[in-house]
Amino acid sequence: MSQCCASELNQEAKDKIYEIIAAHKDKPGLLIPILHEVQEFYGYLPFEVQKLIAEELNIPLADIYGVVTFYSRFSLTPVGKYKVGVCMGTACYVKGSDKVLEEFKKQLGLEVGETSEDGMFSLEATRCIGACGLAPVITVNEDVYGKLFAEDVKDIVEKYK
Amino acid sequence: MEFYRSHVLVCGGTGCTSSGANKIVKVFEEELLKHGLNKEVQVVKTGCFGLCALGPIIIVYPEGSFYSLVQLEDVPEIVEEHLLKGRIVKRLLYAETIAEDNTIRSLNEVDFYKKQLRIVLRNCGVIDPENIDEYIALDGYKALGKVLTEMTREEVIDEIKRSGLRGRGGGGFPTGLKWQFTYNSQGDQKYVACNADEGDPGAFMDRSVLEGDPHALIEAMAIGGYAVGANKGFVYVRAEYPIAVKRLEIAIDQAREYGLLGENIFETGFDFDIEIRLGAGAFVCGEETALITSIEGNRGEPRPRPPFPAVKGLFGKPTVLNNVETYASIPQIILNGADWFASIGTEKSKGTKVFAVGGKINNTGLVEVPMGTTLREVIYEIGGGIPDGKKFKAAQTGGPSGGCIPNELIDTPIDFDSLTAIGSMMGSGGLIVMDEDNCMVDIAKFFLEFTVEESCGKCPPCRIGTKRMLEILDRITEGKGEAKDIQKLESLAETIKSAALCGLGQTAPNPVLSTLRYFRHEYEAHVNEKRCPAGTCKSLLQIVIDEVGCRGCTLCTKHCPVNAISGERKQMHIIDQEKCIKCGVCIDKCPFKAIVKR
Ligand SMILES: Cc1cc2nc3c(=O)[nH]c(=O)nc-3n(C[C@H](O)[C@H](O)[C@H](O)COP(=O)(O)O)c2cc1C
Ligand code: SF4
Ligand code: FES
Repeated sequence: MSQCCASELNQEAKDKIYEIIAAHKDKPGLLIPILHEVQEFYGYLPFEVQKLIAEELNIPLADIYGVVTFYSRFSLTPVGKYKVGVCMGTACYVKGSDKVLEEFKKQLGLEVGETSEDGMFSLEATRCIGACGLAPVITVNEDVYGKLFAEDVKDIVEKYK
Repeated sequence: MEFYRSHVLVCGGTGCTSSGANKIVKVFEEELLKHGLNKEVQVVKTGCFGLCALGPIIIVYPEGSFYSLVQLEDVPEIVEEHLLKGRIVKRLLYAETIAEDNTIRSLNEVDFYKKQLRIVLRNCGVIDPENIDEYIALDGYKALGKVLTEMTREEVIDEIKRSGLRGRGGGGFPTGLKWQFTYNSQGDQKYVACNADEGDPGAFMDRSVLEGDPHALIEAMAIGGYAVGANKGFVYVRAEYPIAVKRLEIAIDQAREYGLLGENIFETGFDFDIEIRLGAGAFVCGEETALITSIEGNRGEPRPRPPFPAVKGLFGKPTVLNNVETYASIPQIILNGADWFASIGTEKSKGTKVFAVGGKINNTGLVEVPMGTTLREVIYEIGGGIPDGKKFKAAQTGGPSGGCIPNELIDTPIDFDSLTAIGSMMGSGGLIVMDEDNCMVDIAKFFLEFTVEESCGKCPPCRIGTKRMLEILDRITEGKGEAKDIQKLESLAETIKSAALCGLGQTAPNPVLSTLRYFRHEYEAHVNEKRCPAGTCKSLLQIVIDEVGCRGCTLCTKHCPVNAISGERKQMHIIDQEKCIKCGVCIDKCPFKAIVKR
């Protein structure tokens, strides 16, 4: 995941996005797969990126914006290098994931949905990730941690600092 | 194929992977190599065994030794003792597999498995999901072969109808009938779709099938395609399930390679292929019309029915949409016959149902039982009861659309109709157990927060109505509830149920209605006495030190994160209620149990 920061897209990024679009073009209903792949590459989906996709696919920008904002996995703002997701699914909730979330807020100094200024961490409350047997569960990018107590949070954060 | 004298099955489901199963596989392979056993013993990563709380789990065959909570350090011992010297490492065995006379019992005799009947999960934890040969060795793709070479399309539909199979995605609609409708629809192009969006927070059975037995889904979708006259399938799976997506991709590729997907399958002229589409984090996309709009590339907003997808579905074409678990039953029905399937379960609910049992229960994990098994059997006999000697309070089924089942009704047989009759629903199979520490008003609020966030906003009863309900619940849990609030909740609930456009809105009030039905006294305690009986709602809670118990040890003052506790050594301590944030740390730390919630 490259973390491009300028609001202007550089040529390299543009080319990659064209490439993703070309690979999917002309099949019906491919906007969402394209958005997934572009976000995977670019990290998020700012206006410039949406505009580019709109032009290439010949779809009104408003429609693209509508889709991007409908789905919670698509982000308009950059997310942290480490994305902490605290599961707030039912199994985790009844086992106290709210306390774990509070502790992450405290340790990271972030509210849900925020990204730290240095771009290292972002904090999210997620839905069930299917590891309910280990509730309460959190994820840091692809890593999953289960059977947590609020006390464990500090060590996890340290690991990624 | 090479011959191995022993097989080490390592659970590679999401639960055990989170507990470090991948590293364990690696260390196993290294250790085996070190002892020169790599040609004699094969390590296989399988799908979920079901007992996720005891992960990482390993089973060694032919002995069938079930090792639980295996740590990396234990691997060399298992290799050296068990695989080299043939001595089972008793200390690592799942305690339940050791009988009273110290002999080792087979897994089928263990409480957790004894009452289960695994049809949908039959291959999970048994085969390597990334190897099509293992699926084929256990009769895989035999049902597809039978259907294509021996049965007419009408016969297939008839078989499914006679089996009594009903949709496992929540609605419980008869699957055969759905296939019939799609078959009857005219169209040059039809589609078969699979709902693997698994939105109920707290359910993970679909995920386990995708991870543990992906070919069963592929085979069933191909059978469905043949029956209704479709040659293209879509699987809509949530993006939150990366392992499941990967295994499904591998399985689809292997099936294509073997000619089990693609053109002219079994040389019968039947073509069928499958494409995966990822969700993007919207619960409402589990609803069938929203799912279809989402695959088409739009905002996943539901649309009114009729027309039903069987008439006008994906890209405007007739489409049959079923849930993962529904599909996973189908090859077995074809192979063993409709009568066999119909002999399992209750009068109107046939076959088995998989539950993701979680919350306050000892054996959290996946459980598959015949329909009609009682909740008591699931919770106490299979689930091993409630931890820490606490009292069972209620079980919640059906997620945000469902309701709770209180202790008085624990002997209710679990099937579609009995659950609906008591104000809950089968849903997709999440079963969350709650004990005396869980506040039922808080749980209702939890689900309503979920629906408010996930409402797509298309229709006002759901968009605005659920919000109003949530505001009332917020008030009640903060101790600001008014006498009329309970009535208001009830009247809003009725309006939303009857006026919302899709199932999400129509069922959103259920958690509130069912907790009101069985736990009205808890609502009343919050409203009238400003008291939370379970001690969960922070605003209604005071944490106090009992003067008799307190010895003035000062331990609590050291742990309080906001310095709310004061008192001299050997003197009674006091909590400043203004400062206290009710985190409860002091309660846990007090060696004399002198600090209590009130
Ligand atoms: C809000 C909402 C969410 C749903 N989520 C799911 C889901 O996650 N998985 C699923 O299989 N069905 C879900 N359903 C049910 C589907 O609409 C549909 O009935 C089902 O997929 C049909 O398959 P079946 O007949 O095999 O159950 C949901 C329904 C509603 C109203
Ligand atoms: S009931 Fe809710 S989720 Fe369903 S269409 Fe209306 S607003 Fe959308
Ligand atoms: S509820 Fe948290 S992983 Fe399922």
